[in-house]
Amino acid sequence: MTIMTLSKALNEGLRKALENDPKVLVMGEDVGKLGGVFRVTDRLQKDFGETRVIDTPLAESGIIGTAIGLALRGYRPVCEIQFDGFVYPAFDQIVSQLAKLRMRSRGFVTVPVTIRIPCGGGIGAVEHHSESPEALFAHTAGLRVVACANSADAYAMIQQSIACDDPVIFFEPKRRYWDKSEVDTAAELAAALPMGRARTVLEGTDVTVLCYGPMVRTCVESAVAARAEGRSVEVIDLRSLSPLDLGAICSSVRRTGRCVVVHEAPVTGGLGAEIAARVTEECFYHLESPVLRVGGFSTPYPPSRLEEDYLPDLDRVLDAVDRTFAC
Amino acid sequence: MALVNPTTMGASEPHTSREWHVAVDADGAVTAPGSPASLDGRQGSRTETIQLLTPEGERAEHPDYPLELTADEVKDLYRDLVLVRRIDTEAIALQRQGELGIWASLLGQEAAQVGSGRALGSRDMAFPTYREHGVAWCRGLDPIKLLELFRGVSHGGWDPAAHRFHLYTIVIGSQTLHATGYAMGIQRDGAVGENGEAVIVYFGDGATSQGDVNEAFIWASVFNAPVVFFCQNNQWAISEPLERQSRIPLYQRASGFGFPGMRVDGNDVFACLAVTRKAMQAAREGQGPTLIEAFTYRMGAHTTTDDPSRYRLASELEAWKLKDPIERVKAYLVRTGSANASFFEGVDEEADQLGRRVRKSCLEMPDPRPLAIFENVYAEPSTLLDAEREQYAAYLDSFAGEAPR
Repeated sequence: MTIMTLSKALNEGLRKALENDPKVLVMGEDVGKLGGVFRVTDRLQKDFGETRVIDTPLAESGIIGTAIGLALRGYRPVCEIQFDGFVYPAFDQIVSQLAKLRMRSRGFVTVPVTIRIPCGGGIGAVEHHSESPEALFAHTAGLRVVACANSADAYAMIQQSIACDDPVIFFEPKRRYWDKSEVDTAAELAAALPMGRARTVLEGTDVTVLCYGPMVRTCVESAVAARAEGRSVEVIDLRSLSPLDLGAICSSVRRTGRCVVVHEAPVTGGLGAEIAARVTEECFYHLESPVLRVGGFSTPYPPSRLEEDYLPDLDRVLDAVDRTFAC
Repeated sequence: MALVNPTTMGASEPHTSREWHVAVDADGAVTAPGSPASLDGRQGSRTETIQLLTPEGERAEHPDYPLELTADEVKDLYRDLVLVRRIDTEAIALQRQGELGIWASLLGQEAAQVGSGRALGSRDMAFPTYREHGVAWCRGLDPIKLLELFRGVSHGGWDPAAHRFHLYTIVIGSQTLHATGYAMGIQRDGAVGENGEAVIVYFGDGATSQGDVNEAFIWASVFNAPVVFFCQNNQWAISEPLERQSRIPLYQRASGFGFPGMRVDGNDVFACLAVTRKAMQAAREGQGPTLIEAFTYRMGAHTTTDDPSRYRLASELEAWKLKDPIERVKAYLVRTGSANASFFEGVDEEADQLGRRVRKSCLEMPDPRPLAIFENVYAEPSTLLDAEREQYAAYLDSFAGEAPR
């Protein structure tokens, strides 16, 4: 076991993927010489060369469009979109082309493109640098959408995403890039939890809190605080946002009878809405109270001086937990 | 003469700023006098159009594009042109009879497609729009496969790798990036150089306004990717004329991106063949991208849902009919004594047979099974989709024994 930052774990996972498969490419803005603005691709170009770690022109649609072409030629491109708010120029290539090519070709074409997107707020950034657009991609058939929340998952899930024959949108919680936790780089990837599965981070009996990415740490801290008040909170890191691990979600909610979904993205039309609907359909007779959502407001992301008001924090999660007991 | 300005042929002018559209001088060189004050003095105003076969069927020579074709090779090109036009005619008829939902006609663009399509090697890769039925033919794709898309039976569904012909792409210009990425893959495979491979990507005049096309130009340029950008300038993006897309001749855009561009008479199958061959060979050898603007005309509607009489004059079409891509090859074959009446009758008979086969196969095409909706969405299992498929199958089964819908 090694203790490393989430960002370093991603770097190690990318390195492993580049080592294991000569078809893996890393491409994006500033990913080469600079090593990425968050240093996630640090030294990869130095070690694997400019042919495999490509500093691209500054155009996101071009990054994804050419990655599709490279995938059609048999490569496995890992694209970096520098910030969440910059993915929209590539949205058409992702939604209209990448997601649909396999179906359009009746299975003849495979496009194993991984798109890494640093997401979420909490770093005091200027606008367009703190967004959580995961619902847009989870809504799009043909994509797999995952989010890592700790170093071990970052290391394993990035490799699993690259190895996956489907296109994967890979969300990285940018404010957790510097969080350190254990990674076993000696372990076989096959032994890691499949990326489509959720993980129970904390077991509990009274209420299920569902979260992912940057909110996992927040929710664990909330659960610890709730324990002091005598409430047993089960925290589940969803990890896969499309498809959702409904088996894990529903079996937990059936035990606890209460459910809170937490994400940074606006609640309106967000992942929480989908999860609440599914939980209601599947677990209605086990529910003691309505499924509640904690998330961003239905506004654009605010200026950073206000982001602490916008982002769910320990108290807002606890507030929702309390409200599930008020019914 | 080369290309004739249709507006000088008796038509009143539907668009006031079309004067640079094409003009011609005695040498056959086309001149672009410039749209509003735009080009005067600041940019070369002479626009050369490469032409090797005149509308009257006379061979022309070009120092950069020597082309030796045997009589049999010319006859093969003629056959291609006639057969792809027949596929098109049959498909339009099928649409009119309700057998196809829509069809995008290639009428008038046969030479651009057959010329460029026959310039490709078996290992080259082509990325089409949705109108490249002639290129599809050259790549050996059964026209029936094309009809599946327009009948609503599939979204394409052929194996792009097997035919070295990618799926039709409906969203305008997207495929230029795919082609460029594919070409970057060729570079990474070390398949540039002697016996190299290259990519050709098709798009239209309207597409040149798309961001993706411009990004593809940049990518191809800075990475020196082995890709040929083949723009069929058919003058119309549905109802919008070329001057709504560009103030300069399209091929001149290439110089701004740092690679060669040239205009070829898109109704001249010889010129399209020679120019594409040379550009593809340059790409294969590692000389990077080329932009070819095939100057042609969409003689039909944009698609079968379109009504060109709302936005363009019939006289424009009449002028272009004089430059028909098939008639000039026929004239050449007759003029040179390379083909006799029985050859032309034979090709016509073959076209009729093909038309009948296309029709019959279209009518016999089965609808897909309902549960095919769920197939091939993902390469790997999806729990969500598995559950939906199961639910829908059970729902369908609940109607068992009832009359079919």
